[in-house]
Amino acid sequence: MTSSIERIFREEHGRVVASLARRFGDLDVAEDAASEALLVALERWPVDGVPPNPGAWLTTTAGNKAIDRIRRERQRDAKHQAALMISDDTPHEPTGMVEDDRLRLLFACCHPALALEARVALTLRLLGGLTVAEIAAAFLVPETTMAQRITRAKAKIKGAHIPFRVPAAADLAERLAGVLAVVYLVFNEGYLSSAEDASPVREELTDEAIRLGRVLRTLLPDEPEVAGLLALMLLTDARRRARVAGGELVPLPEQDRGSWDRELIAEGHALVRACLTRNRPGQYQLLAAVNAVHTDAATVADTDWSQIAALYAHLEAIAPSPFVTLNRAVAVAELDGPEVALALVDPLPLTSYHAFHATRADLLRRLGRSAESRDAYDAALAATANSAERAYLTRRRDQLGG
Amino acid sequence: MPQYFLSVHHDEAGQAEMEAMTEDDMQRMFGQVGAFNDRLMAEGAWVFAGGLMPIEQSTCVDATGEKPVVTDGPFAESKEYLGGFWIIEAADLDAALAWASAGSAACEGKVEVRPFQSE
Repeated sequence: MTSSIERIFREEHGRVVASLARRFGDLDVAEDAASEALLVALERWPVDGVPPNPGAWLTTTAGNKAIDRIRRERQRDAKHQAALMISDDTPHEPTGMVEDDRLRLLFACCHPALALEARVALTLRLLGGLTVAEIAAAFLVPETTMAQRITRAKAKIKGAHIPFRVPAAADLAERLAGVLAVVYLVFNEGYLSSAEDASPVREELTDEAIRLGRVLRTLLPDEPEVAGLLALMLLTDARRRARVAGGELVPLPEQDRGSWDRELIAEGHALVRACLTRNRPGQYQLLAAVNAVHTDAATVADTDWSQIAALYAHLEAIAPSPFVTLNRAVAVAELDGPEVALALVDPLPLTSYHAFHATRADLLRRLGRSAESRDAYDAALAATANSAERAYLTRRRDQLGG
Repeated sequence: MPQYFLSVHHDEAGQAEMEAMTEDDMQRMFGQVGAFNDRLMAEGAWVFAGGLMPIEQSTCVDATGEKPVVTDGPFAESKEYLGGFWIIEAADLDAALAWASAGSAACEGKVEVRPFQSE
């Protein structure tokens, strides 16, 4: 019972805090009241049963707790600003408005005036309902450090008057890109953990990113990049089970395609198709399309590499980056051979990026340049702490002939 | 309404650049800042603004001891000094950042936005 209450609470956390933050104009009041409501739920629900609309119940209970607290503080300090909020006793609306509240909160948490790491932490805490301890563990920093990071970010939202508002149409695309970047960062940290001591795939992070992606999709159904990001995460996550075997990373061409999650793939493909009809391509949609091509192929040999190369070329045109060129080179290697691909890869300014060295190592191996390939595997190993990736790279290096 | 301190900092390179500015460049920049100030006033965002004399003209006073002590020079040796500032009123940080970006373009320098304490 306790764990199912905690699950409900986590799912509803964003909604409850967002609604209270709008009503009381204060994140701390909102968060504390939400925690108090959880305590009441843990006491009452096992006896009375879970209410039919737990989200509305939690919001109402938390709202009452917040009013109690403000009344107490007003008695202590008549001049307390928060006391003014009590006259703004807007009635609780369980639908419509609440959805907008969550979006407002998300844009505040991902405001460009906050450092990226603070945006990630705040989003996971307030929208994701993760505890500070969980977020600290996910990013492998001490709990006190994470608590401080979150406290500072909340203080800046309050002190600098960062608005709880969905940006105007003129700024929406740019600000939305910032929100999507935070969600994708959470996903990627889960999908290929950069940390030495962590498990290679951190499902608590990938699952949370996908959940946030679904929330965004519900809130902004007309933004193709939102659908694109969700599709990208689903099509990537669909391959999770095939991705690590015996503690070793399994690269895409060697994966057991039978263990890919067909349901997630179908959902991802449907989203990609819906994006295509809108004809407003963006980076997440193009990356999702690449993954749709991969997950369309029954075997590696069936992969439509020219389509993948074309999608990366399109991506290079709208968002040029050496990471994109590196990925295009992988497709080019299949189409025009490793020598042509290597010429694309070599000049890229990515010498501290493990995938750059791993790609070079593979191309050099295919060209029979073993000694250089070995050096490149060593460079890749030096650049990654992920245990499964290290296991894979080490085996490939040691398989090289003299 | 919240108030924000918009400050422009000069480092040594920036100071040298300023000193090397031609009369025409100077006039152009003053014109831009003047137009920006006019907009601040027209839209009711203006509280106060000013440009500061070079840091060499600073004097420090310390009256925390028995007798006030006056010393020549800045509070702390630093590579960057406050060169000028605006104090504005804005509805929220987004509005303040929009003013700051117009101010930065006008004065051709980086602008720091800092909220005032509200009582």
